Amino acid sequence: MKRQNHFPRLIRPWFFQPWLVRPLLFLLGVLLTGLFLTGCHGQKERAAFTVPEEFDVSRDYQITFWAKNDTNKTQTDIYKQAITDFERLYPNITVNLRLYTDYGDIYNDVITNISTGTTPNVCITYPDHIATYLTGDEVVVPLDELFTDEDYGLGGKKLLFDSPAQSQIVPQFLEECRIGGHYYAVPYMRSTEACYVNKTFVEALGYTLPETLTWDFIWEVSEAATEKNADGTFKLNGQEVLIPFIYKSTDNMMIQMLKQLDAGYSTSTSQVEIFNDTTKEILYTIAEHTKNGAFSTFKISGYPANFLNAGQCVFAIDSTAGATWMGSDAPLVDIAEEALVDFETAVFPVPQFDPEHPQMISQGPSLCVFNKEDSQEVLASWIFAQYLLTNPVQIAYSGTEGYVPVTKTAQESAEYQDYLSREGEDNSTYYSVKIQASKLLLAHEADTFVTPVFNGSASLRNAAGQLIENVTKSVRRRQTVDEAYMEALKADITALYHLDEYGALSGEQADLGPLPLASKILLDSLGAIWVLLIGIFLVGKFKKKN
Amino acid sequence: MKKTLSMLLALSMACALSGCAGGSSTATTAAETTAAEAETTAEAAEDTTEAAEDAEDAAEDTEAAEESGDEAGVLSYEEYMAAELDTEVTIQAYVQAKQSWWEDKATVYAQDPDGGYFIYNMACSEEDYDRLTPGTKIQVTGYKAEWSGEVEIMDGTFEFVEGADTYVADATDVTDLLGTDGLQDYQNQFVTFVGMTVEAAGQDENGNDVAFLYNWDGSGTEGDDLYFNASYKGETYTFTIESYLCDSTTEVYSAVKNLEIGQTIDMEGFLYWYEGVNPHITSVTVIE
Repeated sequence: MKRQNHFPRLIRPWFFQPWLVRPLLFLLGVLLTGLFLTGCHGQKERAAFTVPEEFDVSRDYQITFWAKNDTNKTQTDIYKQAITDFERLYPNITVNLRLYTDYGDIYNDVITNISTGTTPNVCITYPDHIATYLTGDEVVVPLDELFTDEDYGLGGKKLLFDSPAQSQIVPQFLEECRIGGHYYAVPYMRSTEACYVNKTFVEALGYTLPETLTWDFIWEVSEAATEKNADGTFKLNGQEVLIPFIYKSTDNMMIQMLKQLDAGYSTSTSQVEIFNDTTKEILYTIAEHTKNGAFSTFKISGYPANFLNAGQCVFAIDSTAGATWMGSDAPLVDIAEEALVDFETAVFPVPQFDPEHPQMISQGPSLCVFNKEDSQEVLASWIFAQYLLTNPVQIAYSGTEGYVPVTKTAQESAEYQDYLSREGEDNSTYYSVKIQASKLLLAHEADTFVTPVFNGSASLRNAAGQLIENVTKSVRRRQTVDEAYMEALKADITALYHLDEYGALSGEQADLGPLPLASKILLDSLGAIWVLLIGIFLVGKFKKKN
Repeated sequence: MKKTLSMLLALSMACALSGCAGGSSTATTAAETTAAEAETTAEAAEDTTEAAEDAEDAAEDTEAAEESGDEAGVLSYEEYMAAELDTEVTIQAYVQAKQSWWEDKATVYAQDPDGGYFIYNMACSEEDYDRLTPGTKIQVTGYKAEWSGEVEIMDGTFEFVEGADTYVADATDVTDLLGTDGLQDYQNQFVTFVGMTVEAAGQDENGNDVAFLYNWDGSGTEGDDLYFNASYKGETYTFTIESYLCDSTTEVYSAVKNLEIGQTIDMEGFLYWYEGVNPHITSVTVIE
């Protein structure tokens, strides 16, 4: 598996080059001034999309679809099959598929292509990313009108397939796609995180798994697991390596812990609230357990599944969409066969602070449609996007991992219910851990939440994870984590992720900085004109008087 | 005159009013966002540049130290390997290949006559990255880490060792070490595998054997990593064209796409580790 935590493939467009930024900003300012002085005439903008009355089937359309898969051949095959089936229904629409294995890569490529007007037609994305795309002018198509269009909207009567009605999309999932009062995406698949537990180890340590995992339980068992033999090996597994608790996405870890503790993260109006006392307490707790060797992260040590399957981990937290990699009988394995150990895997929701009121993150891919000059092309794109919500696609794709379909029609279908009922029949299609992961989300749909989406929310998310990564690394490097460290960490993370630029930090007055040079020139010019006019007026008055 | 004055006044007001009008909602357009993001990137670059400048200051000291023949604190390869994980280490080595650069972080393979280093996400400006040509001697300070079996230096900074010699390693033949524990001693070094036989990497959509796959399971497309298998003495091993290291425009990428099952090949590359040996191949030559 590739180490997906950086995006070196992004080729910066020329205007992103650091050395060009300041001159370009100046030129931009001058240009805006010029436009201002000419009354802003001649500004060319892409027209807002309006739904055509009729889809023109006499024309051919080429649309591009940028899709994300979990490095999973079955998923790519499902995309290809969906395209083939769709093209059979709409022979005048050709869908060109481009495959990605990382959301970040898609995001970077979209940003690059917005500037050149070469965005895809349909794209898998996260709402956080759409918020950034939306800062472009008419880049992403608002879907409200398309949703309700009688002919081509959700459940539209002129569609050549059974599109789900809006009411048949799981409301929580659909709501995640609403940004600033408009829908800019439709959910494609949903997942959450799960805690994959080596039950054999937990019981060997003398513990019984509770009905709901709590943070206290996980920390306690993880600490107990760190006990070593005289020869330096771990008592629990007899190996030299054991990381009792590994978390894949530390951004989710911080976000969920804060949510469960009802502490600040951000407001819906982009106010950053993450630097609070609760965050600090969480970080101190993580530091304490890292120091004892009870905790590490994916970025620091590796994939949780690899440690779990090698008997080197007790609690592995990863997406339910990673369930096929988890457990002794996992259909997908990344370690040598001889390194696999036999153990019983239990699947739990992420640990909770309040077991009576569980809260967990909702995540997973959504679909957005990009605006184009040709509204017919946009309509063709929208029709294809809808096709991905049909039962055959939804049921097939959700079965590739611990995903759940986003429509009630698919979830309640006999085919899907049959799939769920066959949990454990084999270690591939009906792999027990995978289906348990899906059931986990189905049972907790109402307990899921998402974080506010705004331009900069993706950065804040990264910052949330980086706080944990930095503290964990620092402790491992025997650095002191105290109040001074926390203050420095806050400053570093704020600067690194520009948190004071996207939204005002909570309780702090946002400093908008000095006026750009072009603005200063403009204001000075206006002032000078007024002074000149008043001067001429007064001189005229004076002359007239005399 | 009054007319002119009135016209100027009216024009000035019209301009001001149009500037304040609804157009401002679209004024925050992609252009501005791009500029803002670019500035963000630029500032990140500046941050790193500042770090690089700090590193350069340190470099001056080091250079001065070097000139006087004092390399205190610089670990030999043996000392580096003996160092505990998560400790700060300083090494000097020669760049062998560059894998990636993004957001002022570079990932490179480096080597000295004693062993290889994988330097992951080292602070590096784009200008300096361009100067990291094969053979260039650098001094790296960072933390020794292990990620899925790969021993590396992460979160590092570096400086050029001015006036130093250059060194490009010859590929060490490790073919006979395949499948043995001894192979790990060559981790991150430039190595060669000779006389290997191309085996099937998987099947295509029609069930026919193919010599390579995009991604490990065929889930990728052009531009993604290539995976292929080759055997030696009856055992089959997997090799990778890591697309960050050798992208789809490189000779080796094309060479692997043209492989045929049963061909005998020689390969060169870097001995990367991911849950076991995972060579990142940089050249493939078909022998027969």
